[in-house]
Amino acid sequence: MVPLIVICVYLVLLLALGIFASTLFRGSSQDYMLASHSIGPFLLLMSLFGTTMTAFALVGSTGEAYAEGVGVYGLLASSSGIIHSLCFFVLGIKLWSLGKKYGYTTQIQFFRDRLQSDKIGILLFPILVGLVIPYLLIGVMASGTVVSAVSEGAFSNMFAEYDYGVPNWLGSLVISIVVLIYVFFGGMRGTAWANAFQTIVFMILGIITFWVISDTLGGVKAASEAVEKRNPSKLMRSVAESDEQKYEKAFATWQSLAEYNYANRKADGKLLTPEQKEQAVADYKGPPIGNWKARAEANVAVANNLIDLTTAEKNDAYIEQDDRIMPATKPEWWDKEVMTGHELNHYQRNEDAVLQAYTDPIYSKNLGHPNELINPDKPELGTKWTRKRTAGVYRATKWSPEEPRAMSMLVFITYMFIPLSVGMFPHLFQHWLTAKSAQSFKLPVVAHPIFIAIVWIPCVLVGVWATSAVVPGTERALIPPHFNPNAVLPFMVANMSGPFLSGLLTAGVLAAIMSSLDSQFLCIGTMFTEDIVVHYGGKKRFTDKQVLIIARCFIIAIVAVTYILSLYEPRRVFTLGVWTFSGFSSLFPLVFAALYWKRLTKAGAYACVITAISLWCLFFYMSDMALNPHFTVFGMMPVATMVPAAAIAMIVVSLMTQPPSDEHLTRFFPKKGL
Amino acid sequence: MRYVVWLLVVALIILHQDLWYWDDRTLVGGFMPITLLWQAGISVGAALVWFLATIFAWPSDLIEETQQEAEGGE
Repeated sequence: MVPLIVICVYLVLLLALGIFASTLFRGSSQDYMLASHSIGPFLLLMSLFGTTMTAFALVGSTGEAYAEGVGVYGLLASSSGIIHSLCFFVLGIKLWSLGKKYGYTTQIQFFRDRLQSDKIGILLFPILVGLVIPYLLIGVMASGTVVSAVSEGAFSNMFAEYDYGVPNWLGSLVISIVVLIYVFFGGMRGTAWANAFQTIVFMILGIITFWVISDTLGGVKAASEAVEKRNPSKLMRSVAESDEQKYEKAFATWQSLAEYNYANRKADGKLLTPEQKEQAVADYKGPPIGNWKARAEANVAVANNLIDLTTAEKNDAYIEQDDRIMPATKPEWWDKEVMTGHELNHYQRNEDAVLQAYTDPIYSKNLGHPNELINPDKPELGTKWTRKRTAGVYRATKWSPEEPRAMSMLVFITYMFIPLSVGMFPHLFQHWLTAKSAQSFKLPVVAHPIFIAIVWIPCVLVGVWATSAVVPGTERALIPPHFNPNAVLPFMVANMSGPFLSGLLTAGVLAAIMSSLDSQFLCIGTMFTEDIVVHYGGKKRFTDKQVLIIARCFIIAIVAVTYILSLYEPRRVFTLGVWTFSGFSSLFPLVFAALYWKRLTKAGAYACVITAISLWCLFFYMSDMALNPHFTVFGMMPVATMVPAAAIAMIVVSLMTQPPSDEHLTRFFPKKGL
Repeated sequence: MRYVVWLLVVALIILHQDLWYWDDRTLVGGFMPITLLWQAGISVGAALVWFLATIFAWPSDLIEETQQEAEGGE
């Protein structure tokens, strides 16, 4: 209950700040949407940084480092330090200048004016909004997950299916309402203040987390040395030979288990005699968790050479044991070669199979309230298991071991295209326009890479250390195999700090999430008001007050739609995040050319947008609708094909069509330009 | 100097690839993986390069013109 109280206090503080910011509100729509161009360097830095650092920054960076190793920092963080500042410098200042000159509030207003095309807005609006919505969903869903995880066991009788904690839907709802309230009353000014406050909170709490966790692990040296000893591949981007050997051995053991279960089913559970089964249990030396009896029996069956399966049956056994979907048409090699672990991983897993854990007595016998003892007479057995832990035991003991993966060089190099997305984020465009003067950009441009390093390096180290942390006094891994990477940080925090600090650190994670959600909510409201309502309704039709009301109503509608979508829980939403960024990145050539290439034409712009979005749809479809997280095109990130293709289409079509008039171009390319 | 700044940005992008540390798991100072340290250096280098950019490649003409037009319009 303590972490929950800490989070509630934090949310109240945040609301108070939003209400304070609203007292500075000047009442005009310009003030609501752009804070009357009054944001100075510090607030601009904090709001830009807070907006670009989403749930990925804390939860995602730790989780990705846990899964992929230290290479994640180069993949996602240091590249962003270079490219984000490049976009602020090359695009932000110029767009701010044009926005100030011609009174733009949204990206679409700029493109309509620059391209002399009204319909470009109709093409871009659904694309931009469509790409922002999955981005919003990530925040809304992640907030529910984090609140639910930290509040496990907070209630004695309620919400049993949520491990007696706050349900995800309730957590998401509360966070959405809090963000809605301060965006609703404070507008851009409230958002900028709240972002600055929350950015400071998550940076400080991130550093405290790092210190507490490293201290609990015996210091930074001990924690890194444990990784060197147990999971050396996590310290580089290729696979260490020792990890490869460890995996081969674990996979062979797991194959025996799969073959035994299959053969035993064939023999109606009579592959071993009752005496052999008793002996197997007596001889078993591993931890008595999950399907340990089957593991013990498999050892005896192998030792006595009792498993007699054909090659095809063995392959069937692996698919079944690993909860993968049996192929409708089996490949030719199925009855000739036994599949490798790598081949097995190509078959799609039925993730819902894990629900069996809640009903199968092998896994569910300890399921209950996490504050109650399994056996009051034997307190050493510990407390009852949550549903998450039960599912974790199912995955860790039933599924095949995780194959160590090397990072692909081509993927690493082409990942650099992803941060280009900030050039086309509509909410960042709006933040750029809030700047009081061009001088305000200097601090964000310089400090952004350092801020990224301050947040990401500790998180990456914690993620890597988590791979090799052990249960005190044992050699058993603290985090079991197949653990959800996004739950690594909350798990480490919950295990290595007290409830008060755990609540504070969760507040830090929520701060990172909310500091992105607020800008996105406000931006979508602004786009709808300016690009659709006012543009097509006419400026004279609405008073300034009416515009403000429409913007607020649309924000409420968007929050409601996003929240409802989050209830359907599209589980691959984190993968969708990378697809969202890729979509924005593929439109980067458009904004760059609009600012620096006089020869860009309306038709060229259409060609760019249509090519970008068509390729996005094609690749998204080819990746099984984001189901395949390792999908590549020519061995590269899909975005590395989308950006050049969109640029080529834009250049070719622009050169084939009539250029804009000199008179028009003078407005955007003054003689003494950048 | 402006061109030097942009060359430094290109150099940063190239140095960021650090393919030479791909399978090096040396722990610098006993705790910091060498590739992570290199990439942290890239972040610091990026801040320095962008600092130079704000001095030598700052679009003063554009800003001045915007400022003048804004003042003229008010």
